[in-house]
Amino acid sequence: MLDSTPKEIIERKSGGVINPAKTCQPLGAMYAALGIHKCLPHSHGSQGCCSYHRSHLTRHFKEPVMASTSSFTEGASVFGGGANLKTSIKNVFSIYNPDVMAIHTTCLSETIGDDLPSTINSAEVPEDKVVIYASTPSYQGSHITGFSNMTKGMVDCLAKATTETKKEQANIIPGFVNPGDMREIKRIVNLMNVNFTMFPDTSGVLDTPMTGQYVMYPKGGTKVEDIADAGNSKLTLALGQYASEDAAKLLERKCDVNYTALKTPIGIKATDQLVMALRQNFTEEIPYELEEERGQLVDIMTDTHHQFHGKKVAIFGDPDVVIGLTEFLLSLGMKPVHILTGTPTSTLGGIGGFFEKEINHLLEPAGIEAQVKAGGDLFELHQWIKNEPVDLIIGNTYGKYIAKAEDIPLVRVGFPILDRSVQTYLPVVGYKGAMRLIEMITNTLLDREDRDSKDEDFELVM
Amino acid sequence: MALDEKNLEAMLDQYPAKVKRNRKKHILITNSKEEQIIEANTRTIPGIITNRGCAYAGCKGVVLGPLKDIVHITHGPIGCGYYSWLTRRNKAKTEEPGKNFLTYCVSTDMQESDIVFGGEKKLSKVIDETVSIFKPNAITINATCPVGLIGDDIQAVAKEAEKKHGITIMAFSCEGYKGVSQSAGHHIANNGLMDQIIGDGELEEGPKGKYCINILGEYNIGGDSWEIERIMKKIGYHIQAVMSGDGSYEELKNAHVADLNLVMCHRSINYIAEMLDKKYGTPWLKVNFIGVQSTINTLRNMALYFGDQKLIDKTEEVISSELAKIEPQLESYKKICAGKTAFCFVGGSRGHHYQALYQDLGIETTLAGYEFAHRDDYEGRDIISEIKGDADSRNIPDLEVTPDDKRFRLKISPERLEKLKEQIPLSNYKGMIPEMKDGRVVVDDLNHFETEEFIKALNPDIFSSGIKDKYIVQKMGIPSKQLHNYDYSGPYAGFNGAVNFAKDLSMSFESPTWNFIIPPWRETPLLEGSIEEGEA
Repeated sequence: MLDSTPKEIIERKSGGVINPAKTCQPLGAMYAALGIHKCLPHSHGSQGCCSYHRSHLTRHFKEPVMASTSSFTEGASVFGGGANLKTSIKNVFSIYNPDVMAIHTTCLSETIGDDLPSTINSAEVPEDKVVIYASTPSYQGSHITGFSNMTKGMVDCLAKATTETKKEQANIIPGFVNPGDMREIKRIVNLMNVNFTMFPDTSGVLDTPMTGQYVMYPKGGTKVEDIADAGNSKLTLALGQYASEDAAKLLERKCDVNYTALKTPIGIKATDQLVMALRQNFTEEIPYELEEERGQLVDIMTDTHHQFHGKKVAIFGDPDVVIGLTEFLLSLGMKPVHILTGTPTSTLGGIGGFFEKEINHLLEPAGIEAQVKAGGDLFELHQWIKNEPVDLIIGNTYGKYIAKAEDIPLVRVGFPILDRSVQTYLPVVGYKGAMRLIEMITNTLLDREDRDSKDEDFELVM
Repeated sequence: MALDEKNLEAMLDQYPAKVKRNRKKHILITNSKEEQIIEANTRTIPGIITNRGCAYAGCKGVVLGPLKDIVHITHGPIGCGYYSWLTRRNKAKTEEPGKNFLTYCVSTDMQESDIVFGGEKKLSKVIDETVSIFKPNAITINATCPVGLIGDDIQAVAKEAEKKHGITIMAFSCEGYKGVSQSAGHHIANNGLMDQIIGDGELEEGPKGKYCINILGEYNIGGDSWEIERIMKKIGYHIQAVMSGDGSYEELKNAHVADLNLVMCHRSINYIAEMLDKKYGTPWLKVNFIGVQSTINTLRNMALYFGDQKLIDKTEEVISSELAKIEPQLESYKKICAGKTAFCFVGGSRGHHYQALYQDLGIETTLAGYEFAHRDDYEGRDIISEIKGDADSRNIPDLEVTPDDKRFRLKISPERLEKLKEQIPLSNYKGMIPEMKDGRVVVDDLNHFETEEFIKALNPDIFSSGIKDKYIVQKMGIPSKQLHNYDYSGPYAGFNGAVNFAKDLSMSFESPTWNFIIPPWRETPLLEGSIEEGEA
């Protein structure tokens, strides 16, 4: 397995990637757009892009992922894709009848410089329908940038400040997390008794129940009028700097809605911060139910600490999730020694976040020195692990090849998870999500210990 | 409910007029009494939710990607390389440690500055690094959309790098916008392999006394070609090269020595088959190893081609022993499957091939079609001369080959060839439609709207297609079988494959999970009571 990866690290200067830990913007844009109620994402580019993104998202969610494409040919690539886009808009509304069409670009349409707003303006859009758009060139940033840009597109095209005073309501931008996570965040905000709009919201879209009927536009997703009304909220909470902050910033600029950027609420500290932000801004008491959950989590953390304390971990994945995981592992007394994201730190696409700085800021008080990299790849992560072995890898499915090559257990967290099921329904965020993470981590470590222990050391109680 | 012209028309009436006019030509109800024409390999209408992919997917993803001892570099932004990395289940194993690169995805990860200033230098550096890290037998460079637009000369970069590193480095201009589907990419890949690898080896002939064959258009999904090879070896064939499942540069360069080329997926590889015929005088045989009866037919056709009684006898012996082994296993599955109906919509050959396997199990295919086929895959090669090229097909160059001065050798006499052509599909393919019963639906480039409509109209027991429509159909309570990747199972080819397929299919039908769709409260009233007679 991965026999050609040498232990010796040679600096690669080409800027090329071997075994990526990121993919391109349009996938994230498609995922974000699916979080709008009755929305059909549209990929303005070659058919292959749309096909790849749909396939990949479907493999992760195991749910229908619907999207249309401008089906560029060589002619469109030379003369511009305007005509293809106009035909697409007409056909999409007459055949698939969504309420919203969310168009994102691709490297092809960006390279030829297609002008989306003017094409959309001159297209036939039925009166009660909406077209929104985002520029998502695949040659900048990553799928997280694309998620951020499409969320920004929602603000840009839909949000409006229409009331004189801001309403006592919050906007929650959840970032690139699973529907199960979005549901959990909503549950927490509801428990806090705060009115809110979450956008995008893929719960009820990418975790729909089996009913024997296929519904092209399921019940979930944020309604257009709610995104519009986000301009009247008094506060936006952007969860995850990379995926969410830019949209919050734009909303502040456009509609004067203050925002606070928080970490993706993975682990006890980040969840505490979310709950505290809600408490402070909306003067709400913390309900006993939440305090009880938190207490249960701390109880589990302390009672099981001998099962994970001091274990060395390699973490990789999307920046917001990796930052959250790193903080939580430190809260558990674990040692994250290799921390890598494929998403680059600074991109012309402009999403914020200083991954390395932020991670080092977390590591410092714990006195842990780690290899930390933004814009890295899994070839490099593997080499790090060869040079400094770990007890556990936490990351997406692609980590299984390194895990097998080095015989290290893997806990699957993040996107994409292509070889396991159910995870998209269950949270890793909030206090409940933290409990689930501990369960996954300890089960994995203890299964390994059971597998490797001699008969005389095999324990009934652990 | 069956489908007739009238309700097909009513279904299509829901489309805007222009879309209807276009789509009508891609759909037909089979009728052997008429000469039927289907439109194929034309543009998908923008806005239509199609299953189709692009030229890059056909070139790097399908044909080149499985070649294991080659590092395939994607020149472009990160997405294309990432999506085509390990997702297709083309399995490979190697005896030589460090010569299987399928678990690696190498991409130039083009950034905005590369788009603006050109990516050639970056590509050269990535090639240098690839050679020094992997020491591969060869390298392919696969272009994505922006490459052609910004004018990167990848052919020149490849040539330069080849000189520098002394290994074969091939550039494929398979930008995603070329052609109308993956099919363009197959053609581009075929041309490149023919031009730069096949015939590059030293061998002048295959091993003595062996029937030397190549298997073309077999990608070893779920281990299919290993099952095919198992049967072949049992009979006594020597397999020179498989294109391209579990294939390698090392085998491929000597592919010219084969006495016969077997063509499994006609769509993706017929170009090479034709060129090998012209250049080396090697005929090709259309084969189908999907299904018990079609595997038997294929083995008999092969034996007939070589015409050696010993081989014919050995073939029959192997068929008997294989049947004796699998028939008892198939029996219980056949009971579960019999009388059911299926939709079979796959890429370029499986839409046809799997109908045979369904038939073995007593399942009737009521709708079939291809994602990216041409008219000849439906109607047979006889109509090729009628196909007019268009702007999209003309931008894929045809590779002109001529008989090789030294290596061209007729494998069988022209007289025998002509005689054999009457008996077996030698250098010919009759297409899908002639093998379907009348009154069945054939759809080219089936889209989402039509998928829903045809399911409503024909109510199949099993839907077989790919990942994008799988869960749509399962939401309707109908099991869906992925025939692109076999739902992570397989092999499905050959004799053992038929058993695997029958088992998996039976599992889909028999799974108790389907029984829970309707919650009990939907079928039980909240209040139970009775009305006494006379009271109302």
